[in-house]
Amino acid sequence: MSLRASLRTFLVGDAQADRVVPPSGFTAQLTLFAAAAMAFLAVFAMALSLAAGRLAERWGAELAHSSTLRISAPSEQMAEQTAAALRVLETTPGIASARALDKAEQRALLEPWFGPDLPLESLPVPQLIEIVETEEGYDASGLRLRLSAEVPGAVLDDHTRWRRPLEAAAGRLRLLGWLSIGLIAGTMGVMITLAAHAALAANAQVIAVLRLVGATDHYIARAFVRRFTLRALFGAGAGAGLGMLAMLALPEAQETGGFLTGLGFAGAGWLLPLLIPVLAAGVAYGATRIAARRRLRELA
Amino acid sequence: MIEFDNMAYSYGGGELLSEISLRLTPGSFHFLTGPSGAGKTTFLKLCYGALKPTSGQARLFGQDVREMDRDALAITRRRIGVVHQDCQFLDHLPVADNVALPLTVSGQDTLEQVANLKELMGWVGLGERAGALPPELSGGERQRAALARAVIMSPDVVLADEPTGNVDWEMSQRLLQLLVELNRMGKTIMIATHDLNLIRTAKHHVQARVLRIANRRLQLAGADL
Repeated sequence: MSLRASLRTFLVGDAQADRVVPPSGFTAQLTLFAAAAMAFLAVFAMALSLAAGRLAERWGAELAHSSTLRISAPSEQMAEQTAAALRVLETTPGIASARALDKAEQRALLEPWFGPDLPLESLPVPQLIEIVETEEGYDASGLRLRLSAEVPGAVLDDHTRWRRPLEAAAGRLRLLGWLSIGLIAGTMGVMITLAAHAALAANAQVIAVLRLVGATDHYIARAFVRRFTLRALFGAGAGAGLGMLAMLALPEAQETGGFLTGLGFAGAGWLLPLLIPVLAAGVAYGATRIAARRRLRELA
Repeated sequence: MIEFDNMAYSYGGGELLSEISLRLTPGSFHFLTGPSGAGKTTFLKLCYGALKPTSGQARLFGQDVREMDRDALAITRRRIGVVHQDCQFLDHLPVADNVALPLTVSGQDTLEQVANLKELMGWVGLGERAGALPPELSGGERQRAALARAVIMSPDVVLADEPTGNVDWEMSQRLLQLLVELNRMGKTIMIATHDLNLIRTAKHHVQARVLRIANRRLQLAGADL
């Protein structure tokens, strides 16, 4: 039988065969609830992971193609060194543009710390030059060497020291999200294994009767496996649905809101939570199958 | 069909059955007697592969039981109908579904078989009780339902463990009559019982071999019955 046919047979089932195992209300409700709760949590873990991924990309992209040159020099040399630095930058391969920030822009940068009335003229504030890189980027070490020779007061900041820890943090957050999904899947497997063991133990007499009338282990196991797999599928479907609704209820991502308002799914990412019920059903199938086989071997 | 050759069965360090050699031929009728605890039920379980001998050989339809895996035993068991003293039903299913259980588990629950089921329920006198749940049945009805379930696959052998243990004289005669009818259809029958009156009555209707388990061994009895 092909995989597709086997899957169809499994999903459609055999109404008569399904009835041989008595309905177990309590275990059924527990399995449904556990699957729903785990799927709900998995949606959040997935959202966290995806948001962390987007954040890492955004931080990386924003910081990767820009650099800052800071010139600290006596006020009478500032204009000269700025002009020299711009000349160096204009002739450096990999730099798309370089622009010295004017007084207003520098004041705006310092405003959050010193307020709006900062007397910029009376303070030895360094001159900042914004550098925009090409796709290929420039050779930072080579540029530093040239600047040290031609513009002694220039310090190049290519944002590496900011970017690396941010990217590492976002990467770890993403990993944590996927690890959480793995742990949730494992926990669901453990819960369903325990529920399946309980159901199999409670139905030892049923198993004895089925064996007496010639039922194979495969037949007996299938009756339990199908039941638990479908419970996990429906429970996780409900949990994932609720999780997605909760995600929709979160505030929209905003520039000022930072990371938390960006916690959610974007575009095709909304399709990913739909995989959670399938994953839950797969976990339940595997866990119940192993539990049933082991229990049937013990009961033989 | 079912053969034992110098077979022994031990459990928990003690030997329950020893030096058992027997061959059940097609169409034969056997009674198995012996005092309570002698090992009649254990012997029947060895007959349908629920237990495996600890030494010697047991063959079901030519296959060595010890070399058969659980699935092979399950499939072989479909050729052996078993009636337990306590009947063993699925209490959540109606009687008709319980009787049809061997068909269900073997995937043979076709329309034709369903028609046969009605006929069978009528044969054991439970035509009107098909929709009842097992706990709603009397002892005699349960035994007849168990017998119907045992024969629905048209097995070659029917093993019955104290089938008249929980029923009155009239019902035990009815059950015996059904088993004799099955034997006349060519089925091999083995009934474990301590009811000597049942054996004496049966001997008027069928040529039965009486076996006795005593001191862990199987002996041919009958001269005194």
